Amino acid sequence: MESNESADKTVLFEVLRYNPDKDKSPVMQQYKVPLQKGITVLDGLVWIKENLDASLSWRSSCRMGVCGSCGMFINGLPRLACNNQIVHINPEKITVKPLPNFDIIRDLVPDLEGFFQKHRSVKPYLIRKEIDELDHPTGEFFQSPEELVNYIQFAYCIKCGLCLSACPTVATDERYTGPQALAQALRYNSDSRDEGAKEREAAVYSGSGVWRCHFAGACSQVCPKGVDPAMAIQLLKKDIVLKKLRLRKYQHGTGVLPKTEEWKENPKIPKAPAPTV
Amino acid sequence: MSKNSKARRNKLGLIGWLGGGRYGFERYAYTLHRITGLALLVYFVMHIFVTGARIGGSEAWQTTMERYETPFFKLGEFLVFLAFAFHALNGVRLGLAELGVALGKPQRPVYPYRVSIHRQRPLFIAVMIVAALIMILGGADFYLLGH
Repeated sequence: MESNESADKTVLFEVLRYNPDKDKSPVMQQYKVPLQKGITVLDGLVWIKENLDASLSWRSSCRMGVCGSCGMFINGLPRLACNNQIVHINPEKITVKPLPNFDIIRDLVPDLEGFFQKHRSVKPYLIRKEIDELDHPTGEFFQSPEELVNYIQFAYCIKCGLCLSACPTVATDERYTGPQALAQALRYNSDSRDEGAKEREAAVYSGSGVWRCHFAGACSQVCPKGVDPAMAIQLLKKDIVLKKLRLRKYQHGTGVLPKTEEWKENPKIPKAPAPTV
Repeated sequence: MSKNSKARRNKLGLIGWLGGGRYGFERYAYTLHRITGLALLVYFVMHIFVTGARIGGSEAWQTTMERYETPFFKLGEFLVFLAFAFHALNGVRLGLAELGVALGKPQRPVYPYRVSIHRQRPLFIAVMIVAALIMILGGADFYLLGH
């Protein structure tokens, strides 16, 4: 790492440790980590593992806020360890705990099994009535750039689980579908190619669905990708109200684009080079 | 609940429900909305029980009313009024938000992210100002103008 003026400074890391084979309950362990320019919380944990304590466990992968593996409870807020620099949080002391509302497998590793089950429960994939077209596609389903904007925000979800950690309803109600899964329900319901809104209703509007949300907004506040699950849930509520009042109809997915042979070639556009393989 | 039998439970439970932590104002409004809701529910039950004294005739009614005309119950009544003012006005905000009002539209997320909770904050502030005005007027009516 690049050395600089602050190379002699250290930051105190207080990390929750829990080994299910040895510990009866979690304990907080302290480490001193050299504070260097640009160091993230994840860098600090890596430094501890390499230099002080090889038994420290956590999940991480991409180091750039894309994979969603390193969600942790850092200095009182759920955050990604990889895209939060220590100097931006607290250069004196960093407290790292596993994400709350998820069981602890070991140290900073949360159990995301139930989280993914909830995600699957809202059928997070395109549903079409004509099965033949899906099994034997004849072309691409049409979608305009404007239609893309209707859902692209919710498609940025990296399934890190921070929103469920922040949600006060999840804290007490284990059955609540939760902001992540509900935002994904809206992501697919809002997709112009989708026809599955009715199939998702059982999960989305059940007693454990959208009506358990009371717009605390913490999920949207902590989302590292700007997905805004709180808005997604309110839009799902609005959608069902309009549909029940017959002010909005269920969507018919957009059709397949015409085949390439049916297009007229534009002489101004140069032809693609011949394939090399 | 985890399939892993050795995994340790880490649900925040009531602390997560009640504690606003380092989240936004709306998270505190969430907690307060639920607490005032429960308080109003308890009040309604007590209210029905107390006004039920009217069945016993006008004398029983008078006796019951006199019993509750103490500074303690007056303060209690005023607290119920404060709870009502907050719950009603915040409820209007929640109702509007559930119909998509003041949330903005889905858009491409561009850092620094500005999400619905930020966009609806003027509405939140506006309803809280109205709630505060109602509370002040109610307080004046309770304690200054007299009953």
